[in-house]
Amino acid sequence: MAHPPLLLRDPRDLVTALVAAGFRVIGPKPAEGALTYAPITPDDLPQGLTDTQAPGNYRLEPGPPGRWFDYVVGPHSWKAWLFPARQKLFSADRTAAGFDLTAHEDPYPPTAFFGVRACEIAAIEVQDRVFDNGTFADEGYARRRAATLIVAVNCARAAETCFCATMKTGPRAERGCDLALTELATGTGLLLEIGSDRGAAVAARLALPLADTARQAEARAISARAAAAQTRRMPQDVAARLAANPEHPQWDDVASRCLSCANCTLACPTCFCSDVEEVTDLSGAHAERWRSWDSCFSIDFTHVHGGSVRLSTRSRYRQWMTHKLSSWHDQFGTSGCVGCGRCIAWCPVGIDITAEAAAICEGGPP
Amino acid sequence: MDPMLPRRYRVLRARPESAGVATVDLAPVDGPPMRFAPGQFNMLYAFGVGEIPVSISGDAAAPVLTHTTRDVGPVSRAIVGLKEGDMLGVRGPFGAPWPVAAAKGRHVLVVAGGLGLAPVRPILTHVLANRADHAGLTLVYGARSPQDLLYADDLRDWRARPDATVEVTVDHARPGWTGRVGVVTTLIPRALAGVAPDSVTAFLCGPEIMMRFCVQALGQIGIPPSACWVSLERNMKCAVGFCGHCQFGGDFICKDGPVFRYDRVAARIGVKEL
Ligand SMILES: Cc1cc2nc3c(=O)[nH]c(=O)nc-3n(C[C@H](O)[C@H](O)[C@H](O)COP(=O)(O)OP(=O)(O)OC[C@H]3O[C@@H](n4cnc5c(N)ncnc54)[C@H](O)[C@@H]3O)c2cc1C
Ligand code: SF4
Ligand code: SF4
Ligand code: FES
Repeated sequence: MAHPPLLLRDPRDLVTALVAAGFRVIGPKPAEGALTYAPITPDDLPQGLTDTQAPGNYRLEPGPPGRWFDYVVGPHSWKAWLFPARQKLFSADRTAAGFDLTAHEDPYPPTAFFGVRACEIAAIEVQDRVFDNGTFADEGYARRRAATLIVAVNCARAAETCFCATMKTGPRAERGCDLALTELATGTGLLLEIGSDRGAAVAARLALPLADTARQAEARAISARAAAAQTRRMPQDVAARLAANPEHPQWDDVASRCLSCANCTLACPTCFCSDVEEVTDLSGAHAERWRSWDSCFSIDFTHVHGGSVRLSTRSRYRQWMTHKLSSWHDQFGTSGCVGCGRCIAWCPVGIDITAEAAAICEGGPP
Repeated sequence: MDPMLPRRYRVLRARPESAGVATVDLAPVDGPPMRFAPGQFNMLYAFGVGEIPVSISGDAAAPVLTHTTRDVGPVSRAIVGLKEGDMLGVRGPFGAPWPVAAAKGRHVLVVAGGLGLAPVRPILTHVLANRADHAGLTLVYGARSPQDLLYADDLRDWRARPDATVEVTVDHARPGWTGRVGVVTTLIPRALAGVAPDSVTAFLCGPEIMMRFCVQALGQIGIPPSACWVSLERNMKCAVGFCGHCQFGGDFICKDGPVFRYDRVAARIGVKEL
């Protein structure tokens, strides 16, 4: 990074600077016992919170007092803002000659995402490739993405479900952010690293002191500790193994547990599947097309005349996991999993993608 | 340009093909006519009902856009019910075409089952218009019953061509049917009698199971899967690689297909519920 790192006393000052610079700030907001991402004011920034996560388990709870960012990722992800769960595509109005079409664009003011974890930056970059696939680009996504400034937070602790280190997406945000914060020893402030000129312009509003080399070393050690604390691993040969094992008995095993509820796909920050539906008013003279999140776990997902292609839970779980960890590479040149652990914590029956991957990599042809 | 926003087209002509199947010729309300290649498809939008993928079944050299649709549900019913002068939305063209130009100098074999004749019709019109570019042309077409045969006028014209072989078969004959009865696979060897197997490029479109058996039958007479092209069908909500519905292993059928060389998809076609 071309700009030297700075020392920030209080993260609320950065939120204030972002607001002053004209950004709508979306940041961490506890709601209904979980961490969500919503528009915030400086005073909304939660303090003294941590979380406990395990397969099928998530709890946001009081943590060491004075800490700003000791919780990690919750059920929400930034995709809800860049790729809204429901969007109107266009509207159509009946006329004497047929119908008129009107394209629709939701307003999206200049926006700062505050508190983006490294795995989440990787997830955004994964979706960037989905929504600009070289042939077609989703204009709305591109517009929102371009209007978004990213303030990363380098995790000082990992949840039990985190495995970004093995996916090589974190826990330190090495790129893809405009600004990056690392919370130093409690009460001593945060290291503020600058990743872009846009970020530098915001930081300049705060007239912060430079961070000395000891503070920089401390920040790196914090990231290294968060990486070392992770216990879950993804087998290195998982992509090839899954491609070669569509009939592995483990698919029956996981199908006996999976509820096909789609929680994992909704929580996953890279899942991008959508449905499109027609909505008409009572008069029948006005129609709208809406795109909404869909899931490969829904039975209608593969509906063709005569029935669905993927009827069994076995085939749907196989599709989900094989896509994430294997065919995603064929499609986009990266894994579709960034190791955030959401699907593990939010699965009602605690299915763990790393354990399922290991089970398939152990038996069956390579 | 927003790839999810249709353009408005108007129906120039609508004609029934068989029970529940109709063909429409379309022209854009504004802007130039669509250019497409044989094998590509459009997303057809019926106002207030929805949008579905439908192959382009007209001549790529003609100024109108032609689609043949079978009524199987709400959207296809609305499209089959279109009348001259009606409006509909069109997005496209989408997808990888049949590699017809690459079959220059080769014997073109077209095998179609049921409505599968619609997506291959542009191959037939193209090859017949440029017949000297190809060593030969054979069409093998199977339908459920004589009443289900599409494009009656075309079939008559194609059969009358001395430089093309056309074989038609039905699963169930009706009184008055003097043609063949049985599945298309059994007709293939006869239809290709005297044709050198290594000169054949095959284009197949129909139910997946039919295409699979046909490729097997072709293999038995020395035409390898690498000389066979198929068009696959999956649920599609976007046609541009965004919605994820059409995924078939690593391929998006909407964008990497729907036309694939058979050897690329052979292993996947054998996997149930993929
Ligand atoms: C590349 C491609 C080319 C096609 N070409 C033709 C053609 O030339 N003529 C023709 O009559 N039909 C064609 N189809 C099939 C046609 O798209 C379906 O019959 C149609 O989607 C049925 O929609 P519906 O609303 O009438 O019926 P429903 O069965 O009620 O369908 C509900 C929804 O499911 C989806 N769906 C259902 N069946 C299919 C299917 N077979 N393929 C994809 N999505 C489906 C659609 O999103 C549809 O809106 C093609 C399909 C594909 C993928
Ligand atoms: S698959 Fe699971 S761990 Fe991987 S990115 Fe999605 S939610 Fe996170
Ligand atoms: S893996 Fe878990 S979260 Fe995903 S569909 Fe199955 S039960 Fe639901
Ligand atoms: S139809 Fe949407 S991704 Fe292919």
